[in-house]
Amino acid sequence: MSGRWSLVRRVLSVVAALGLWQALTSYDINLWLRFEQFPTVTEVARAFADRVSGDAYWQDLTDSLTRIVTGFALAAVLGVAVGTAVARSRIAADLLGPVLEVLRPVPAIALVPVAILLFPSNEQGIVFITCTAAFFPVMVSTRHAVRALTPVWEEAVLTMGGGRRRVLWSVVLPGALPGILGGLSVGIGVSWICVISAEMISGEYGVGYRTWQDYTVVDYPGVFVGMATIGLLGWLTSTAVELLGRRLTRWLPRAESRPAALPARRLPAPAAPAAPSVPTAQERVRS
Amino acid sequence: MTGDTTHGLRLALRGATLGRAGAPVLDGIDLDIVPGEILAVVGPSGCGKSTLLRTLAGLLPALAGEVDEDGEPVTGPRAERALVFQDDALLPWRTVRSNVELPLAIRGVGRAERRARAEEWLTRVGLAEHAAKLPHRISGGQRQRVQLARALAAGPRAVLMDEPFGALDAQTRAGMQQLLVDVLRGSGATVVFVTHDVDEALFLGDRVALLPGGRVLPVPRPRERAAHTDPATVALRREVLESLTP
Repeated sequence: MSGRWSLVRRVLSVVAALGLWQALTSYDINLWLRFEQFPTVTEVARAFADRVSGDAYWQDLTDSLTRIVTGFALAAVLGVAVGTAVARSRIAADLLGPVLEVLRPVPAIALVPVAILLFPSNEQGIVFITCTAAFFPVMVSTRHAVRALTPVWEEAVLTMGGGRRRVLWSVVLPGALPGILGGLSVGIGVSWICVISAEMISGEYGVGYRTWQDYTVVDYPGVFVGMATIGLLGWLTSTAVELLGRRLTRWLPRAESRPAALPARRLPAPAAPAAPSVPTAQERVRS
Repeated sequence: MTGDTTHGLRLALRGATLGRAGAPVLDGIDLDIVPGEILAVVGPSGCGKSTLLRTLAGLLPALAGEVDEDGEPVTGPRAERALVFQDDALLPWRTVRSNVELPLAIRGVGRAERRARAEEWLTRVGLAEHAAKLPHRISGGQRQRVQLARALAAGPRAVLMDEPFGALDAQTRAGMQQLLVDVLRGSGATVVFVTHDVDEALFLGDRVALLPGGRVLPVPRPRERAAHTDPATVALRREVLESLTP
């Protein structure tokens, strides 16, 4: 019941936003903000329908998705590996820590010159920038999550005779997973910002490139089609990350009262390792 | 205790100083733990009971003196010496069964046998029907029973227990003590049981070690709660209590 109302509210909010846009643009409202040049919702919708029926749109979409999936996957693997190494090994922390801390504040998009110098093609450069953008949030949240692990889990495995590798695979990675997923959620968002910006600067094809092209030829409805496409793709990919996350952390204790109707829209799992709160039913032991 | 399943480890401390570097909590401890016995360790909180246990488990090296198992120095944690923690040492992402299987997996036991042995131990601690649940779905007392099953499933030669029933209510606690005695009967493993509860120590222990001094006293048998009224036990109880109050 509450799930259905929640859905109604969500739909109403989108409809209201589109309605406001349409009203402001079709009446050419010109107060301090100027809407007279702004395309209307119907113009954008018409342009959208037009684009979707052509091949170029799908080509751009596939290019952007390929770039982001490649860059993000690389960032996920590297971020988890480096974050774990830095959190677990003093030597890794000493060797990598200073370099990472200096590189971290540099916005990935400022690496465009570096990418152009380093890589033989634009394609690899864009993937590099996307990967760098997602790497830091994943690395930092992995590092925090690994450091925050409950020590008894590791001690338990050690006293069962488990070695370093066993501790890594049976305790560290699964235990840090809720925190890592938080980093992945942030990372996929940052990846989109950077893939689009990089395409605008140096891309050939791709949603960002197309959006910028439309702007240079003063095709404003086209620009808005690009923006809507980016929004939808971003929403789709972060939902995919979120769903994957929820699937992998089904062991986390969750409140029973939470509505199950729209699980994908919920906030990411908390970064802290689970400290299960327990319904301590008084129990009698048969022995 | 007859050692028909395993041969219990002999654990010994000689002139041992224990604690973290720069902050020793126990100094010059001598303790000889006989194979197959249940040694209850009591002492006021902060006296080093857990430190002693962690040292025996191999998680904390001794600052001075010797810590031996069967005459060999203890150099690190080993599956032979299982450790049972006070609370929530189960891996929360693994089911109850999968937690019990873990030490067997580490020992390289095959999947089918692992599963069968885990089921068997869960039946012994009365939790067979909860095997597929996650740890946070069962009660605190049930989780401690799972920990017990996990510790014993791989057949360790020593079981080191750090106030395993400390967080449980009195009724659950009494049931757990009886279960522990039943499960350990005939296992042959040496047990070191740390507690701050004198009655628990007298019920479970074959002997009671008093920290921080390290004095060891034998406990009269048979092991029955009613025996707490017999004169020898009453006298021992008084002696233990007196040693705990400075």
